[in-house]
Amino acid sequence: MAYDKFNILTSTAVPLPLENVDTDQIIPARFLKATKREGFGDNLFRDWRYNNDGSPKESFVLNNPIYSGKILVGGKNFGSGSSREHAAWAVYDYGFRCVVSSFFADIFRNNCLNVGVLPVQVSPEFSEKIFTAIYDDPNTEIEVHLPNQTITIKSTGAQESFEINSYKKENMLNGFDDIDYLQNIKGEIESFANDLLL
Amino acid sequence: MSSTLFDKVWDSHVVRKIEGGPDVFFIDRHFIHEVTSPVAFLGLKSRGLKVLYPERTFATADHNTPTINQHLPVEDPLSAKQLKALEDNSNEYGISHWGLGHQKNGIVHVVGPENGITFPGATIVCGDSHTSTHGAFGCIAFGIGTSEVEMVLSTQCIMQPKPKKMRINVNGQLGKGVTPKDVALYIISQLSTSGATGYFVEYAGDVFENMTMEGRMTVCNLSIEMGARGGMIAPDETTFAYLKDKPLSLKGEAWDKAVAHWKTLKTDEGAKFDKELTFNASDIEPMITYGTNPGMGIGISKQIPDAEAVEGGVATYKKSLDYMGYNENDAMIGKKIDYVFLGSCTNGRIEDFRAFASIVKGKKKADHVTAWLVPGSHEVEDKIKEEGILDIITEAGFTLRQPGCSACLAMNDDKIPAGKYAVSTSNRNFEGRQGPGSRTLLASPLVAAAAAVTGVVTDPRELL
Repeated sequence: MAYDKFNILTSTAVPLPLENVDTDQIIPARFLKATKREGFGDNLFRDWRYNNDGSPKESFVLNNPIYSGKILVGGKNFGSGSSREHAAWAVYDYGFRCVVSSFFADIFRNNCLNVGVLPVQVSPEFSEKIFTAIYDDPNTEIEVHLPNQTITIKSTGAQESFEINSYKKENMLNGFDDIDYLQNIKGEIESFANDLLL
Repeated sequence: MSSTLFDKVWDSHVVRKIEGGPDVFFIDRHFIHEVTSPVAFLGLKSRGLKVLYPERTFATADHNTPTINQHLPVEDPLSAKQLKALEDNSNEYGISHWGLGHQKNGIVHVVGPENGITFPGATIVCGDSHTSTHGAFGCIAFGIGTSEVEMVLSTQCIMQPKPKKMRINVNGQLGKGVTPKDVALYIISQLSTSGATGYFVEYAGDVFENMTMEGRMTVCNLSIEMGARGGMIAPDETTFAYLKDKPLSLKGEAWDKAVAHWKTLKTDEGAKFDKELTFNASDIEPMITYGTNPGMGIGISKQIPDAEAVEGGVATYKKSLDYMGYNENDAMIGKKIDYVFLGSCTNGRIEDFRAFASIVKGKKKADHVTAWLVPGSHEVEDKIKEEGILDIITEAGFTLRQPGCSACLAMNDDKIPAGKYAVSTSNRNFEGRQGPGSRTLLASPLVAAAAAVTGVVTDPRELL
């Protein structure tokens, strides 16, 4: 499914400084029953965000009007657990285009890249700097510069570079996905398959 | 040059290497289920693509299926719609479909091996993180997202950077009452839920060599819970004996030829791993988790650790204990429980039911405990009956449900109520995993059985 191109994103950010945020928290399994990719943002962090009666939990950061923006800053080991791409869809659908963490779970990171959410892994020290900057001033802007592979806290000028492989980077910059690539080498795949035993 | 089992299987499936990018990685076997496939098929349709090799994909319904009255129409309209979508898509694209009511229906990671779809040296994916289960057969098997399901359907390939390699050795003799589940929970407790992120694991050492295929599947299943994409064990005579004569296994000369090849699938002497860890079997006791991720496990006789003694954030740790209603330094033995769940792709196989029965035989279920015993497949269900296990559990006051994922992720009606404690043989104790507000204690079938008859967390060694 096509997604918006990603180039330079400058935005305020939402802090969620918990570790091991798993995909069951990002989107609980009971909300995986759709046959279309629609409306997942409404249930992002459902059980942390809403009471059983559907009223918002005021203490949860997404319900705090002070914090907003297109960047979600999570704690270490963000996105652990199940392979549900619905977690990445929920993040995207809610309006985030970038998740920052000092460590990502593998499948979640992969899923993000496939749906147009940029996972930016920073050092634990830089992660702390971002949290401090946001808590000092919720209007602090963060710049995520994909072409240069840098992330910058605008108010302090603190900057760090991040890794992304050049193939995925091109995809994100152009809004391409892997299927486009694979379709173009189908002949090569078929001749590979013909040589297999099983 | 000497290479690892993982290298041998991975390298033989690379169609093309992309400079500075992932490998184009060929997939031998693809499993799909009702929850993570519908959007992939929508994608195919919107792009006007076909399924390239329908004979390499296998569909089974498991995640949201009911575990009682499976002969009746599914009540939940959303689940029914997903099940129908799986059936319609399978029929439209010529994919084999074992839907609800089919004799071969069951949990994808139970029915795959049981039918010989899984084979050594294969690359296997499914839109489910516990696909790592199939690594027990010497496969590279891992979970993928829905975009990748669409890639596999349309091109039989995904784009994957090659992970790093880790070997985990466990040597020695496991003690009485210590099961493969305990070995896995022990390793995860030592590594944490992110300790193997970025790695693919090979399990080696005599503990795994001496394990049955069911035990190996339990261990490989839980690889994802320490962050690893997957885990694998070199195929051996135990593997071949399990697969021989399975419905879809090779036969005759083709089988002999395949076995000769499969025997070469092992790590060569001197092959290098990026990381290697070794544990002693004698250090492992029956395990139980006390928190909200699978790394928060301890030996059943131990106390819940101090926040200070745990790596990572104190705030996250305290939030977790608060959710569980537990305190630092509490003993786990004697904690009251409300529910017991035996089942899932982790522990829903015949051996798990044998283990459960070995404890409850001649005893009675505790009155206040609700127990859900859910076989992983109809084949497991049939064996439970044939082996007399059904009589033992019925005599002890338990009933048997019908196959499916059930309370492991509570997508159907099998939900643990808010605030209640469940000793569960499944794989995740995340907040709300088994139903909103549910509290999960992960453990082996023996620990689950001991809790089911005593109503509290109990050391199963006392009942064996």
